[in-house]
Amino acid sequence: MFHIYCPYCEEHREEEEFHPKGQAHIQRPVDPEACSDEAWGDYLFFRDNPRGIHHELWVHAVGCRKFFNITRHTVSYEILETYKMGEKPSITAADLSEKDKQAGVQAASGGWQTVGARPESEALNKEARA
Amino acid sequence: MQHYSGFGLVKHALSHHENWQRQWRNPTPKKEYDVIIVGGGGHGLATAYYLAKVHGITNVAVIEKGWLGGGNTARNTTIVRSNYLWDESAALYEHSMKLWEGLSQDLNYNVMFSQRGVLNLGHTLQDMRDIQRRVNANRLNGIDGEVLDTKGVQDIVPIMDCSKNARYPVMGASWQPRAGVARHDAVAWGYARGADARGVDILQQTEVTGFKIHDGRVVGVHTNRGDIGAKTVGCVASGNSGVLAKMAGFKLPIESHPLQALVSEPLKPVLDTVVMSNHVHGYISQSDKGDLVIGAGIDGYVGYGQRGSYATVEHTLQAIVEMFPIFSRVRMNRQWGGIVDTCPDACPILSATPVKGLFFNCGWGTGGFKATPGSGHIFAATLAKGKAHPLAAPFSIDRFHTGALVDEHGAAGVAH
Ligand SMILES: Cc1cc2nc3c(=O)[nH]c(=O)nc-3n(C[C@H](O)[C@H](O)[C@H](O)COP(=O)(O)OP(=O)(O)OC[C@H]3O[C@@H](n4cnc5c(N)ncnc54)[C@H](O)[C@@H]3O)c2cc1C
Ligand SMILES: [Zn+2]
Repeated sequence: MFHIYCPYCEEHREEEEFHPKGQAHIQRPVDPEACSDEAWGDYLFFRDNPRGIHHELWVHAVGCRKFFNITRHTVSYEILETYKMGEKPSITAADLSEKDKQAGVQAASGGWQTVGARPESEALNKEARA
Repeated sequence: MQHYSGFGLVKHALSHHENWQRQWRNPTPKKEYDVIIVGGGGHGLATAYYLAKVHGITNVAVIEKGWLGGGNTARNTTIVRSNYLWDESAALYEHSMKLWEGLSQDLNYNVMFSQRGVLNLGHTLQDMRDIQRRVNANRLNGIDGEVLDTKGVQDIVPIMDCSKNARYPVMGASWQPRAGVARHDAVAWGYARGADARGVDILQQTEVTGFKIHDGRVVGVHTNRGDIGAKTVGCVASGNSGVLAKMAGFKLPIESHPLQALVSEPLKPVLDTVVMSNHVHGYISQSDKGDLVIGAGIDGYVGYGQRGSYATVEHTLQAIVEMFPIFSRVRMNRQWGGIVDTCPDACPILSATPVKGLFFNCGWGTGGFKATPGSGHIFAATLAKGKAHPLAAPFSIDRFHTGALVDEHGAAGVAH
């Protein structure tokens, strides 16, 4: 059970007052009429889904009814921060410790990801693309 | 492979059951295989079995990071049915159903497939309209199904509260008599034994940590026990599929969510069918051991922790007790979560990928146990031929760019 700090109510409340709404910071293609099927499909359906640090949208459904963002670890489920709409997360992939990186902990990049989860596969992927 | 029979049971009784052959080996990895399957759940093991049995490809390894069948295969509520709405998915699940019907004989392993029927309840007028539409579609596809009214449901499940004043009034249900449940572990073990006997290496405690890719083609995998070469790799890793895809350099249209279930203390036989309600996110059956097997809906957040929130379980039990007041004082024994790979259209992905020779079989989400035999059967054909089996073709990953979704989510409110 999560104990979630709503940045608008400025209070910790129980999980049942909230609803998760999926990955945060997804940008709608600026000109949908002009974008490719691929770009549109990516926008609609493809998500980061990291095993690690995730920025996600929540709504305080039976509280202030406002949307806001949470940075959360998807394995330990630890809530690392909550922040208002329009703001940027302060905890990102760069904050992952060496130990996390060795263990293959992933971080959402919020974009089309072509990087392997582990250092060795990253090199291989580069090789494959070259 | 030692053949199992009634006679064998008697024979081994004479030696106090101490001389049974091990069901599979524990081999050391070879340097190279023709095919590597990543993920030793039911689907991965079934794929290996049919590769060996149907296609004669036996230089195969199944690589499993934990113990075999310890993922969602061990965690699911074992409901098997094929009454899906759309032609593509109906064909897929019915193919699987037909394999279930002969599976124990085929594997020489009792998977305890019990066709005790499944009820999908309707609580609203819209539920009932959807049920009618789905049952009609099923019958046109040659899949058994009936629409029942309240009395029809009450006749099958006398202990359910079907009264007018029930909190979730039962207006009727769809009824698939050929549907039922099976023993999840036996399915994994039966396939493992059959695959092993045909030469497949099952490598447990071996985690794939990356892919070896050259010129856009997969040539093997990295594991915590060293590199292993392969011409073809099939990933069947349910909730961790996205993690593997990322290692190979692409994304999947999948999100991983916790899905929870629980079992009660064992009771005398009281419920001889499977009752599901999508509306209240609860479903229930009674195992042969006597415990009530109860499943919940997914937790809405992304999670890999194999546990969900308590509130989800509480919500499900509230609904179950409203529908079955007789169970209000039953004590629950165990509760757990599995990580399900949910797809936007609630249908699986059986597909080639941007990396040549690398195939994915995933996205089964909350409802892939029922598909285990069919999924393995057609994925084996896909790996053997290097191109999609006709039943797999509609489930290519391309559909999320072309828009040709098979929308079971919207159509049938699929749960499990
Ligand atoms: C609570 C719950 C209830 C469910 N109820 C039903 C139901 O009633 N009916 C139904 O049809 N379906 C149900 N399902 C869904 C069903 O369990 C799954 O769709 C199905 O079992 C998936 O099988 P699988 O073999 O693909 O996956 P799994 O059994 O999860 O196997 C995948 C394997 O891959 C391994 N793996 C992952 N990453 C790696 C790696 N890097 N290297 C090596 N190995 C790796 C894992 O350890 C795991 O053993 C339920 C699921 C849950 C969680
Ligand atoms: Zn609030």
